[in-house]
Amino acid sequence: MWVVFKKEIRSFLGSFIAYIVMGVFLVITGIFMWLIQENNVLDLGIASLQVMFNIAPYILIFLVSAITMRSLSEERRLGTIEILTTRPVSDTAILLGKYFAAVGLIVFTLLPTLFYYYTINQLADPLQGVDSGATWGSYMGLVLLAASYASIGLFASSLTDNQIVSLIISMVLCFFWYGVLSLLGDIKALELIGKSLEWFSLDFHYQSISRGVLDTRDIVYFLGFIATFLGGTKLVFESRKW
Amino acid sequence: MSIQVNHLSKRYGSQWAVNDLSFEIPTGEIVGFLGPNGAGKSTTMKILTGYIPASSGDAVVCGFNLNTDSLSVRKRVGYLPEHNPLYLDMYVTEYLQFSASMAGVSQIKSAVEKAIDLTQLSPERNKKIGQLSKGYRQRVGLAQALIHDPEVLILDEPTSGLDPNQVLEMRNVIKNLGKNKTVLLSTHIMQEVEAMCSRVILLNHGKIIADDTLEGLKQTSPNDSLEIIFRNLTNSHVGSI
Repeated sequence: MWVVFKKEIRSFLGSFIAYIVMGVFLVITGIFMWLIQENNVLDLGIASLQVMFNIAPYILIFLVSAITMRSLSEERRLGTIEILTTRPVSDTAILLGKYFAAVGLIVFTLLPTLFYYYTINQLADPLQGVDSGATWGSYMGLVLLAASYASIGLFASSLTDNQIVSLIISMVLCFFWYGVLSLLGDIKALELIGKSLEWFSLDFHYQSISRGVLDTRDIVYFLGFIATFLGGTKLVFESRKW
Repeated sequence: MSIQVNHLSKRYGSQWAVNDLSFEIPTGEIVGFLGPNGAGKSTTMKILTGYIPASSGDAVVCGFNLNTDSLSVRKRVGYLPEHNPLYLDMYVTEYLQFSASMAGVSQIKSAVEKAIDLTQLSPERNKKIGQLSKGYRQRVGLAQALIHDPEVLILDEPTSGLDPNQVLEMRNVIKNLGKNKTVLLSTHIMQEVEAMCSRVILLNHGKIIADDTLEGLKQTSPNDSLEIIFRNLTNSHVGSI
C-alpha cells in the first residue's frame, strides 16, 4: 500500500497538481478571509475562522475532485492498470494507497491555514480569545469532509477512463451529498422526509462537528460514508473479473 | 512443469475468447504463442498473469494454482502486456524502482541495476519514459517484467512496432533470458518464432490447432515454409467451422 502511496504523492508533486490545488485553495480562502468587503474577519469584528469554514467545503468539492480524477481513470486509459494488478499486491492495497495519497495531499493543503488561526488569535480581544474548541472541531470536520469527497472522487475515477468525465461525476456527487441533501431539510413541504434526508447529508454532520462537539454519531457517519464509497470503488475496480 | 493449463475457457458475453485450452510448458523452454488477431492469445496471457480469472478450467504456474493462490503466482511471473503500457511522466530508474518495490523485491537497487544491464538501457536510464524512442520503451517494459527475476516470463507481442534492428536486438535479449527462464511469448509473425522459440502453440478462435516443436511442424509439410504452414492451418480451421 505504501509503495502506491509514495508513487501517487510523487506523481502529484511531479505533475504540478499539488501546487495548483494548494495555491488555489489558499488564494481563495485568503481572499474570502481577509479581502472581501464586509465579509472579512476585520470588518466582521468576530475573532473566528468561520468565514473560511463556510467557504472551504465548496472550494474543496472542486479541488478534491481535481486531485482524484486521474487516479484510476488514467491507469485504465494508459493500460498500466494491467501491470499494477498483476503484481503481488492486492486490489485493496492499491486502492487504499491511492486514497490515502489523495487525503494526505488535502490535509497538507489545509496546514498553512493554521497561520490564519494564529493571526486571528493574536488580533483577538482579549488576546487568544478564539474559540479553540470550535476551531479544532471545524478542522476535524473539514478533514473528514475532504476525506469523504476523496472517496467519492476515487469512486468516480473508477467508473471511466476519461478524466473530465470523472471530474464532473465526482463534483456532481459531492455537491449532491453536501449541498442538495441539506437543502431538502429547509423545504417546508417535505417536512419529516426532508429532515431525515438532511441527516444523510455531509453538511449536517460537518456543521455538527464544527460546533466543537465530537459526537461519535458524526464520526461513525463519516467513516461509514467513506467505507461505502471505497467499497463501491473496489466493486467497480474488480468488475474486470466478472 | 512451469505452466500447466487444464481445460481453460474464457467467455465474454456469448462469445468464447478461449475455449477449452490445455497445454504444458516445462521449465526453461521458450514457447511461441501464435495465431491471428483475436485468436485468444492475449486473453490466455491475461489469465495466466492473474489479471482476469478464467470462466472455467484452471492453470498451475510455478506450482501454484491461479484460482486459489494468485498472489504466489504473481510473485513468480513477469508480464509485458500488449501495447506495453508505461507511465510516461516517470523517469526510467524511478519507474523500475517502483516496479521492484511493487514486486516485493528486497534489494531494490541491485535489482534495478541488473534489469537495466540485461535490457541494455543504461544510455537512457536518466530520461523520462515519455522521451524515449519506441525501442527503448519496449526495453523498459521488458525490464519491469524481469525486475524481480521471475521464473516465468509472459510477453505479449514483445517486438510489435519495432524497426528491424530493434526487433533483432529484442530477440537476442529474449533468447538470452530464455536460457534460465521459461518464456511464453505471443506473436503473429512466423519468423519471430523461428528465430527464438523451440516450440509453437498455434491458436485460432480460442482453440489450439497445433502444438508442436518447430521441426515437427515443418515435417507436416516439408516443401512449404513455416509461413505457409501457418496460413494453411489457420485457414483450414476457419473452413472447417
